[in-house]
Amino acid sequence: MNATDPPKKMTYRDAVREGIRSAMQNDPRVFLMGEDVGHYGGCFAVSRGLLAEFGEDRIRDTPLAESAFVGAGIGAALGGMRPIVEIMTCNFSLLALDQIMNTAASLLHMSGGQFNVPIVIRMATGGGKQLGAQHSHSLEGWYAHIPGLKVLTPATLEDGYGMLASALADPDPVLIFENQTLYIMEGELPANAGPVDISSAKVRREGKDVSILTYGASLPKSLEAAAKLAEQGIHAEVVDLRVLRPLDDATIMSSVAKTHRVLIVDEGWRSGGISAEISARIQEQAFFELDRPVQRLCSAEVPIPYAKHLEQAALPQVESIIAAVQNLVRSHG
Amino acid sequence: MSTALPDHDQARRLLWQMVRIRRFEEKCVEMYSAQKIRGFMHLYIGEEAVATGIIEQLRPEDAIVATYREHGQALVRGMSAGSIMAEMYGKQEGCARGRGGSMHLFDAKTRFCGGNAIVGGGLPLAIGLALADKMQNRKAVTACFFGEGAVAEGEFHESMNLAALWKLPVLFVCENNLYAMGTALRYTESKTEIAKKGDAYNVANAVVDGMDVLAVSEAARKAIATTREGQPFLLECRTYRFRAHSMFDAELYRSKDEVAEWKKRDPITLFFDAMKAANVLSDADYAAVEAEVAKEVDDSVAFAEAGTWEPVEDLTRFVYSEVTPS
Repeated sequence: MNATDPPKKMTYRDAVREGIRSAMQNDPRVFLMGEDVGHYGGCFAVSRGLLAEFGEDRIRDTPLAESAFVGAGIGAALGGMRPIVEIMTCNFSLLALDQIMNTAASLLHMSGGQFNVPIVIRMATGGGKQLGAQHSHSLEGWYAHIPGLKVLTPATLEDGYGMLASALADPDPVLIFENQTLYIMEGELPANAGPVDISSAKVRREGKDVSILTYGASLPKSLEAAAKLAEQGIHAEVVDLRVLRPLDDATIMSSVAKTHRVLIVDEGWRSGGISAEISARIQEQAFFELDRPVQRLCSAEVPIPYAKHLEQAALPQVESIIAAVQNLVRSHG
Repeated sequence: MSTALPDHDQARRLLWQMVRIRRFEEKCVEMYSAQKIRGFMHLYIGEEAVATGIIEQLRPEDAIVATYREHGQALVRGMSAGSIMAEMYGKQEGCARGRGGSMHLFDAKTRFCGGNAIVGGGLPLAIGLALADKMQNRKAVTACFFGEGAVAEGEFHESMNLAALWKLPVLFVCENNLYAMGTALRYTESKTEIAKKGDAYNVANAVVDGMDVLAVSEAARKAIATTREGQPFLLECRTYRFRAHSMFDAELYRSKDEVAEWKKRDPITLFFDAMKAANVLSDADYAAVEAEVAKEVDDSVAFAEAGTWEPVEDLTRFVYSEVTPS
């Protein structure tokens, strides 16, 4: 694409696919493997059309054997390839957790710096599509617990497209969590879209009254909530965390210093989650900037239910974000 | 002993490799007792013919994936005894800068990819190394060592399937020493003929006497020839560890008689006696090998003793790569 071209209208799904296509065109070491990525076209249709373009060697259908094909990706990375491994949902990644944690994340350290693992593992995450507990969980916060991994949560078309190239250029294992409700999100991808930084958070909306720290599918919800709150005279700053490991403390603390009130919106669970980590860091680093205790809006502590009204009630929503912010701001008096 | 006789130099080399493993590990026990080596340590004594017979057949470009019982494979592959001993001491001169220990020996130069302390965890890794070689049109093979306990893990089955499906050059070496830690094979496998499990996945397979280094060499030669042509192979080596599972194992699960019976088939004695009877090796050869090995082992201890501790300030090095390409 040429930088002077107009931006392209597309979905987040298209943007991720274009990211994969571009990476494969640019580097013969890159290949995609996973369940249904080839002949089926991808469970979420992300890889549709790529098999015809790149062939079976580079768009590689795998058996339903997460541990083996993730481990094979790790081995292929050690052998000089740049594998993109797709896991259908992060729930299934638990079958490969041994390979991800005990091998991919540990190998560089355990080998005294000799064997780095340049693998990229993409997986769908999150609820909202009535898929029941075993297809709907948000486990990115768990993975952010593990030293040796980098954890990315693209929530915009630019990040859906650009984070992949940056992840592939990274010498260490990178996990990319694509929230499954975002795939149909429409937007514009700038003509000069390319690799993006994978170390920083970004302020997506400026505000002075309260900081909403969030990521993934909760970002568009938080932005919508912020727009509605603005009509009420409450100006929320919305920070897209983007990278859950390593966390960008500087951007977080800078926003806290500006607004003095914090709401963390996280589709993961509250107990022991990434929201707890962020809250603790704010307490450690910016306690005296706070006018109110840090508040958290997380998923209800249940396995995500199937029935729509229950599922929606379990997840952070625009209305619950608005209510949480109002409470945080008003209770200040 | 199997049929084809090696010449003098080959025979001496095989003897030398096996004696190196034996004496090195005996020294490890000594150093463990002296508390110079800590943690878990799993000895290979009794199984020397397997690593020796197989790795001697590999080429420098081939890769190896091993388990937590990998001192033998590491030595035969050409890693220095000093770098291994220093690793077990926890010194920064160790092959993994003291971050791995006995169960996590690594050496990029010889494509020695661990040292995996998760039973069965190395099998998918071997698949991937072989896939990378195949996709880059390299003729290399990957030898993957694991115990019979790993056969009960899902990774074994997933990896067999993938290797055959994708025609990957992986030599699966099952070191069947009959006990998964302290549980006998008959208590853990519904079908105890491990090699035959390859049939279910269209993986060519064979069983070999793992106490007979020439038999292992010959089986490995044939298996690797198949593998190099792009087909996986499952080689089951029936062997026995003369020592406990680890240094903490009281060995309550097997009788002294059983161990004594297997020791009659000590791979080193078996091989040397046969070579001596065939006039290929002499007592003088044996004595010379022992002397060479004794020096190497002593030197390894001296190297480890002289080694230094990684500064604690460097604790968090190697969690992420230090050089990121622009």
